[in-house]
Formats: sequence, structure tokens, C-alpha cells
Amino acid sequence: MGTYEPALARRAELLNLIRQDCGSCHGMKLTGGLGLPLTPDMLRGKSPEALQQTILYGRGGTPMPPWAPFMTEAEAGWIVETLLKGLP
Amino acid sequence: MRKLSVTPLFLLLIILQGCASSTLRGTGDLGVVIERAAGSIQVVETTGHTRLGQITGLGDLSHASVNYSRDERYAYIFGRDGGLTKVDLLEMRIVKRVMQSGNSIGGAISQDGKLIAVANYTPGGVKVFDAATLELVADIPSLDDNGKPSKVIGLVDAPGNRFVWSLFEAGEIWVGDLRDPAKPAVTKFKQVGKEPYDAMITADGRYYLAGLFGEDGLALLDLWNMEAGVKRVLNGYGKGEQKLPVYKMPHLEGWAATGNELLVPAVGRHEVLVIDQNTWKEVGRIPVHGQPVFVIARPDNRQVWVNFAFPNNDTVQVIDVQSRAIVKTLKPGKAVLHMEFTPRGEQIWVSVRDEDRVDIFDSETFIKVGELGADKPSGIFFTPRAHRIGL
Repeated sequence: MGTYEPALARRAELLNLIRQDCGSCHGMKLTGGLGLPLTPDMLRGKSPEALQQTILYGRGGTPMPPWAPFMTEAEAGWIVETLLKGLP
Repeated sequence: MRKLSVTPLFLLLIILQGCASSTLRGTGDLGVVIERAAGSIQVVETTGHTRLGQITGLGDLSHASVNYSRDERYAYIFGRDGGLTKVDLLEMRIVKRVMQSGNSIGGAISQDGKLIAVANYTPGGVKVFDAATLELVADIPSLDDNGKPSKVIGLVDAPGNRFVWSLFEAGEIWVGDLRDPAKPAVTKFKQVGKEPYDAMITADGRYYLAGLFGEDGLALLDLWNMEAGVKRVLNGYGKGEQKLPVYKMPHLEGWAATGNELLVPAVGRHEVLVIDQNTWKEVGRIPVHGQPVFVIARPDNRQVWVNFAFPNNDTVQVIDVQSRAIVKTLKPGKAVLHMEFTPRGEQIWVSVRDEDRVDIFDSETFIKVGELGADKPSGIFFTPRAHRIGL
């Protein structure tokens, strides 16, 4: 993680996915819903690798589903970085 | 803009506009389309398929929902950010707006039309407001026996000026009697099941059903026989089957009650479940295109329309209730979020978020008969909801 940057069109798709589809549970502004908030404040101090794993494979015992069918590992890593920085 | 230089004509235009806005009209064919990202709403009418206006400044409207005053003139809009906004559909303006919590999920209007209740995630609990003034009249925290707050979900109105809601973390169903709003009388049902995520009340206001995310099954409360307590129905309906991931939680408000049968979205299965309302047993399963989100009956209960969670959310399927067969599969476009029938069901409006469009279909021929542009539309709510219990 750390150096990957998706191509412009894919970047737009991923940002839309974060806002709209992650947003279904975490809130469109990621301030939380049935799922936890995903704001930089909330995520600070958490392991980026663990967050990447959660995105890719979900979290057992919670409603968080696996997103691996829809993105690569590198893209999940980029999403974690984007969340940690705050959405543009 | 050319007309601006022609002063008499410009004045005439202003006068004519003044006349147009004071023309009498009813509100029974009006509705609201939520523009979730822009924080605005469109006021629409279903007779001529037109937009009457747009109202902005309503905050974060992701997951917004709407209730109507019983005169169908005012819309109460519940925003994700805890904003509660009262809008005048005729004057096309915000009457009053309050920030009543940090994070809310929806609301309900009382039987007598005088109270608005709001379900909150943060800090949890139900707040009740005067429908006329939006002054707070009751605040009911959602603390369990250990003093821990829960997110409130599945808030509906019930006869007797009551509201019913569920506690997500605590797994409880509460019935609040608001006949004396200053002294709400709350009856609590505990350990109803793991993680109730949404709920509905049947159109007659008798049965409250909460869907459980944490286990297969539904929690059922018969409001005519409250002393019998909450029963579990459809217990373990998917036993031994691998659950599929759920990329968007099903909504239960639109659960279709079609006479003797209730059609509900399964969780983690690409199926619509058919429940016999007399025995509360599963009597059928209808395989569908994806994880169902909304399962909505046409007002005559002959058809049920279903939309789906990501990544199957470009599709809508129509189930013929009598034969339980899928009679039509439509592909309106990317991210179909909501559907609303016209008052007697001859047409249905479908919001297609990523296409920035609302499509209007004839519900008999399935032909698209109109469309309206909208900025990332989500919920569509027509005024006849004003007169239906639970909506």
C-alpha cells in the first residue's frame, strides 16, 4: 500500500462506490449509519492493513460484506488511504 | 433575458406569475423526490408528470424519508444528519427546520396527525415533536437494562396514537403510547431476536414485524394481543444454507401484504419469501435477480415490484402475486434505489440514482411513459401516504 493510484476513470468509480455503496450503511458522508463512521478521526490509529482486509473480505459476525469481487487488493489499499485522508 | 429590457412585458410576466401561484389546487397527486447528494427535494405531480419546483438546503438526505400531514399539504423530511424539515408543498418553501439529533434514520406521524416521531441512531432514542410547530414534546432514550444506548430502527405509527420501534443492539421492541404526549407510556418487549434492522406494520395497524439481521427469522408483535408478547416467526428459514453477502440492507417499510400473504425480502438470499398471514409460516420462496431491497405491492395487490442491492441494482423485477411468477424484468439503469406507485397503481415511478433520472412506467404494459431529470434521486414519496397507517 502507499504508492498505487488508480487511473482517472476508475478513481471516479471507486469514489462513487465509497460515497454511494459504502454509504448505504456508513452514511453518504461516512458519518455512520447502521455501520460505523469511516471518518479520518474514527479510523486514526487503526492498522491500514487490517482495514484493507476488512474491505476485501468483510468482517465476520457483522453485516460488513466482502468487496473483493469488485476491486483489487491495491484498490482496497487506495480506498483505505483515501478514507484516512478524508474524501476529496 | 431579452424580455428584461421590455419593462411593461416584464411587469406583465410578474403579474401573470403571481396569478399562477395563487391558483387553487389540491395536493392528492403531489409527491416529493429526494435528491440525496444535493440535499434538495423536488416537488412533483403525478397527473402530468411534471416537476413543480425544487427546495434546497435540507442537509444530508442520504437515506431520507418523508411523512405527510393529514391535509397532504406539508411534508416532513427526515435527513440522515438529524435534520427534520417541514415543507409546504403549495407555497414550495421550508416552514421550519430543526436539527434534532446527530444521526437519524426516519420517522412517523401519529394517528391524529399532531405528533411527529423521529428514530435516531446517534445518540439513539425517539424524539417526538409537535407537528405544527416542531417543538419537542417528548424525548425517549433507547437505553437497555445496562444503560447502554441502541440505534432505533423500524419506527412506525400505530392506532391509538402509538408509535412502535425496535432497538438494534439491544434486540427489543418498544411500544410508546402518546395519547398524553407529556407522559409517554412505553411498553418494552425484550430479547425479541438478534439485531432487528428494520420493521413494518401491516396496513391495518395490527401486526408489527421486525426483520432480524443477526439470525434467520422475524419478530412479530400482535398489537391487538400485546399481553401475548413477541413471537418468533420463520425461525431459521435458511438453516444449513450458506448466506450470501448483503451489500445493502433490505427495507421493510414496503413489505407487501397482499391479502392473506406477506411478501418479504430474504436476507442473504436472492429470494422473496411468501408468508401465510394466518399461520405465519413460510409457504413459498420466489427466486429473484439479487438481494431484494424493496418489495412493494401495487395498490390492488396483484403485482409486487422488487429492486435489488449492489451489484444487481440496475434491475427491477415484477412478480405476479397469483402465480408467484416473475412476469417482467426491467433494466432502468445503474442504481435503482426506490419505487413508488401512483395512488391507484396504474403507474410506478422509479428512481435511478446514477442516471440522474426518475423513470415512470405503466404498471400493466411495463412501457416507459415518462421521465424526469433529478440529481442523484433516491426516495420517492407521494402524498396518499398521509392516509395510510405505517407510512
